[in-house]
Amino acid sequence: MSLCLSPNFHEPGRRDLRDYSAGDEFYQALVQAHHGLDDEQSLELNARLILLLSNHIGDLAVLREALRLARQAAEKPTTA
Amino acid sequence: MHSTFEYPTYAFKRPPEMDADHNGAAAKPYPLIIVGAGPVGMAAALDARRHGLPALILDDDHTVSVGSRGLCYAKRTLDILDRLGVGDAVVHKGVTWNVGRTFFGEREVFNFKLLAEPDHRRPGMVNLQQYYLEHFQVQACERAGVDIRWQHRVVAVRPDDAGATLDIETPEGAYTLRTDWLVVCDGARSPIRRLLGLDMQGQVFQDRFLIADVVMKASFPAERWFWFDPPFHRHQSVLLHREADDVWRIDFQLGWDADPEEEKKPEKVIPRIQAMLGPDVPFELEWVSVYTFQCRRMARFDHGRVLFAGDAAHQVSPFGARGANSGIQDADNLMWKLAFVIKGLAPATLLHSYGTERGEAADDNILNSTRSTDFITPKSRTSRAFRDAALQLAQHHAFARKLVNSGRLSVPTHHADSPLSTPVDAPYEGWMGPGAPMDDAPVVHEGQPAWLLQHLGGRFQLMLFVDDAAALAPGRPSAGARPSPSTAAGLHEALVGLADSAVQVQTVVLSATPIAAGVAAHWRQQFDAIILHDHKGLAAGRCDGRPGTALLLRPDQHVCARWRVLKVAAVQQALARATGN
Repeated sequence: MSLCLSPNFHEPGRRDLRDYSAGDEFYQALVQAHHGLDDEQSLELNARLILLLSNHIGDLAVLREALRLARQAAEKPTTA
Repeated sequence: MHSTFEYPTYAFKRPPEMDADHNGAAAKPYPLIIVGAGPVGMAAALDARRHGLPALILDDDHTVSVGSRGLCYAKRTLDILDRLGVGDAVVHKGVTWNVGRTFFGEREVFNFKLLAEPDHRRPGMVNLQQYYLEHFQVQACERAGVDIRWQHRVVAVRPDDAGATLDIETPEGAYTLRTDWLVVCDGARSPIRRLLGLDMQGQVFQDRFLIADVVMKASFPAERWFWFDPPFHRHQSVLLHREADDVWRIDFQLGWDADPEEEKKPEKVIPRIQAMLGPDVPFELEWVSVYTFQCRRMARFDHGRVLFAGDAAHQVSPFGARGANSGIQDADNLMWKLAFVIKGLAPATLLHSYGTERGEAADDNILNSTRSTDFITPKSRTSRAFRDAALQLAQHHAFARKLVNSGRLSVPTHHADSPLSTPVDAPYEGWMGPGAPMDDAPVVHEGQPAWLLQHLGGRFQLMLFVDDAAALAPGRPSAGARPSPSTAAGLHEALVGLADSAVQVQTVVLSATPIAAGVAAHWRQQFDAIILHDHKGLAAGRCDGRPGTALLLRPDQHVCARWRVLKVAAVQQALARATGN
């Protein structure tokens, strides 16, 4: 299995009229999870979240690919 | 400042009720008074006239909206404006666009097309300054016999079980009117809502935006361009839209600390715009304003005999063009129901469904515009980091492009759980189930190219799909003992059965094969039925219309029932349910 890079947010049994709805719902929940935390606490939350999701994915090839793509953006800043 | 538009001045006219020989408040009440001659109030008045009601609008001003304000009119709104007689004027004067581009820093991160499917009469979005829309609506109101009373300010409202009494001030003095129903479309600050002490609930966003209408001959295409953190306006967002008359609308995010009076000064605005356009592009300022916004709504829109619509009832952030569009859809939802109640064809409780359906739409609009606002203006370092990460990844990966949210553009709400809808008798493909606004499709009507939506609306209609128009030729013997509605005998039986419905329903037959002129004329003359040739099969495709499939539509073109097997009794039950009877 390779890293999925196409839109993939979904929920079983749910049929959305608009293709952005599930992603927007996730994004809202993600930001909401940080509500009321200071920067340090948010950093820690993100660390926990990444470990939880990484274990769920499990497949080391997929995780290596995600790490590579995430790192790539840090080394090639795209905005001046 | 420059002006491409000459604002009309609508004269005050002394109403008959102000003269001594008139009985004033003792006179017969008006069936309907609308407050506010904006896009929503005039849409309501024009629809009232189409339903045969007299329409009176009270407005405290004497001209149209100043500045472009409501700018983007979405496909569903254009479909409604078509029925109100101003669709063509808006589309011809306006700027049609289908492409939106999103930039992050100096680079375009992605673009989208609004109307994925061709073969709709109207485009995804048309940009037009609000003053033009209102100007066209005023003209349509004059043609339709709407009585617009300019410079009539409502200063007191006394609602009761039978209607409302209004105290009105004019340049020539005060008078009182009595109405059975009051439709309030007086905008976000709604004086009537305040007079009645009714609250709004929701969220105020701590941000300010500079909005400028600029006249220039620019080479930008007719597209929506949205910048996150552009080099000419660091750490903020900018939105560019093309309008009619070579006017361009630019929205600059300023942040909460900006001084609105200072930011409006030309010496402050011009350098901002010049930095964006480059030093060589000449332009002139037409209109400038600074705005803040709120996402909030009234707990309910129907208050007995007083009904609220548009910004008076609910407000959203401007990202997504969900303000004027949802207000016009409010009017479309409300007026057929009010007409049925006024004519005694439905109980007053039908109006609760206006509140629940348009409340659902308001919640949908508030949800989407709040999410857009939170993406555009992150409230913390962490949410800004997520936003920028999504924008960075969007340059390379499709999943992240879907997360980038610079506004989810106005689309109609499907009222899936409406109390007016009847459960389906069988599963169906696609989206044309109960609660959906009917999709458009190209058709042929009596030999002429036409659009499905041109033939829908204003009354209850039963869409019936047949595979062979030849079978509808009158006089042909029916094949079976019990004729299917896809045959002349069956259609005749169905139409005779529906003719005694308490609520009138018109049948619209969609045939997969061409129709002989005489056959269409026969059904039109005998039963007022419309026979359309679905020559591309798109109506059938979009509705999952198989031979014999029937869909019942409300006067606002929303589906309220559908069947694989048509039974007259079931249609009559569904009609009763859809009218609250």
